[in-house]
Amino acid sequence: MTEILNQYAPIVGANVIDQLRQLAEPLKGMKVMHVNSTREGGGVAEILHRLIPLKQELGLDASWEIVAGDSQFYQCTKKMHNALQGDRDGISSELLQHYEAVNGDNFERLKELLQQADIVFIHDPQPAPLLKYCRARKGKWIWRCHIDASRPFRPVWKYLQNYIRDYDASIYSLPAFAQPMPHPLYIIPPSIDPLSDKNVALDAAEIQGVCNGYGLDPERPIISQISRFDRFKDPVGVIRAYRMAKAFGPPLQLVLAGGTASDDPEGEEVLAEVTAAAQDDPDVHVLMLPPDAHRTINAIQRLSTIVMQKSLKEGFGLTVTEALWKGKPVIGGDAGGIRLQVVNHHTGFLVNTAEGAALRIRYLLKHRDRLQEMGETARSFVLENYLLTRHLREYLTLMVAVIRNSSDRIEL
Amino acid sequence: MCDPFGVTDCALIAIATGEKAQNIREMHNRLMRTYDEGVIYYHFWGGMLRPHFVDPEYQNHFAGWAYHDLHDRRLAEKLSIINPANYISIEDLRQQVIEVFEQRMDEDDAASRVEAEHPFFFMRSQIVVFDTRMRVDTPEALTELIPDLSLGSLFYHFIDSRRRTPSGGDDFSQWLKCWGGRYQELIEEIHTIDPYFNSLIELREDLAAVFTSHLTTEDKHD
Repeated sequence: MTEILNQYAPIVGANVIDQLRQLAEPLKGMKVMHVNSTREGGGVAEILHRLIPLKQELGLDASWEIVAGDSQFYQCTKKMHNALQGDRDGISSELLQHYEAVNGDNFERLKELLQQADIVFIHDPQPAPLLKYCRARKGKWIWRCHIDASRPFRPVWKYLQNYIRDYDASIYSLPAFAQPMPHPLYIIPPSIDPLSDKNVALDAAEIQGVCNGYGLDPERPIISQISRFDRFKDPVGVIRAYRMAKAFGPPLQLVLAGGTASDDPEGEEVLAEVTAAAQDDPDVHVLMLPPDAHRTINAIQRLSTIVMQKSLKEGFGLTVTEALWKGKPVIGGDAGGIRLQVVNHHTGFLVNTAEGAALRIRYLLKHRDRLQEMGETARSFVLENYLLTRHLREYLTLMVAVIRNSSDRIEL
Repeated sequence: MCDPFGVTDCALIAIATGEKAQNIREMHNRLMRTYDEGVIYYHFWGGMLRPHFVDPEYQNHFAGWAYHDLHDRRLAEKLSIINPANYISIEDLRQQVIEVFEQRMDEDDAASRVEAEHPFFFMRSQIVVFDTRMRVDTPEALTELIPDLSLGSLFYHFIDSRRRTPSGGDDFSQWLKCWGGRYQELIEEIHTIDPYFNSLIELREDLAAVFTSHLTTEDKHD
């Protein structure tokens, strides 16, 4: 019954697991429902794949449902996503009406479950209107924002705000993302799962197999960026940084590996831009990976000398956490959750330009002792702060706090 | 005979208040109307139980912000020396923080208007406290337990206690006092541990080392 949780004990310590069990005691038997828009691709789906079984193992009646939509729905929600991240691009009333209608249809399908749930977590804007339809709700509803909404495009935010203000609480990854609301604004950074295929230790043969399979030279430095082909991740800027750094001499290779999520209609377009920018350079490897290529990504991160995440906007940047966990310093864009994780001269470097990224690539390749030291700090930092068990603890704490509806100190 | 030491655990969740400050003047204004004690508690203590990189130099959030975001080293130094355990109430502590910001504004009016690289976000927390039902009867048993304490328990008994107890100290020392003077040296060495320069994991290691060394010595005396 407690097998999955116990597997984490050798990594985080048995006391961490004991604490989770005790914290979950008052929540046993509660119906806890998560709703998002995709089961595959992207950090939200990855986290839910692991969190749900753990909540179930702790005795919560946890479930996960998705809102189903068509291409027009995803076109609208992608625009919302971009607008929350600051894109000044409005959404037509036709698209918004379609968005509402799709949510209405999904509500009818999920009605019974939503009405009966003790706690409902709604992830991101896609299913946000469900609450408006659920007039006979029994439980507490919490909106979980995974997006860097620090400077949203106001007209789109005002539209979404109409749905979100009625929730009992909302959750953001960073305080900078929290928009004023008439309910508590909880701050919970996400996490990675050290036992998932993406992060588990791999044997040398498997890593070598990936190296050979993609024609990488293990004797030369490898820089990688793993992320969706999305303009906010600035993959073209990474290619520019690689070129500038390589011009100073190091025999660099660059891997840009990613995929597209089923709710992201822009991926193909950005991939074409990246392929064009690579200009047939044999040392630039642009890899379009399927959503289940977790072990391949794991191997590429382990093969990398330095990992980059040069995002212009970033909700949190779980690929940063994954790289730090593998003992790799990260050169990251000075944006969103990357700032929480990349601490200059300790776990990597924050940069604002392709030129800055090139400078830090050269610095780390020149100072291999510092690279090694920063990698070790990076792994300890993730162990203490960004593993799934901490994330689960904060969710349990929040649920206790929301259910008890009480003040600063709650004595169980 | 002393009562057994009861191990309590806690878990903390952070809440953004929605308030922020972009320069010293704004910080001062916000602090002047921050009557929620939970906010000051969070920025001196509560943040230790949340995901964070242990700043090798500046521990309380006000000092860290002054250094990293305002790049005002003088102010950061003044704020860094504030020991929250020295203040009888959170209100006294708040007044001291306000005082340091006011002094800086008096010293250098221009500095008070410098825009920070990133704003300071005011936070508070909710803390869930629960009894682990673990009890230890002797200091020797406590010594064995400390390396296995959860970080929540360590925070509760070693950090949170500084706000919770009249002495502003830690629960371990308080309990050891009831054994007469026998553990006085151990108590004194526990008091030498500066809790603000370590992660909680490192703090637990330091505490375990102190207990182990002293109780071994005590045993030798026996």
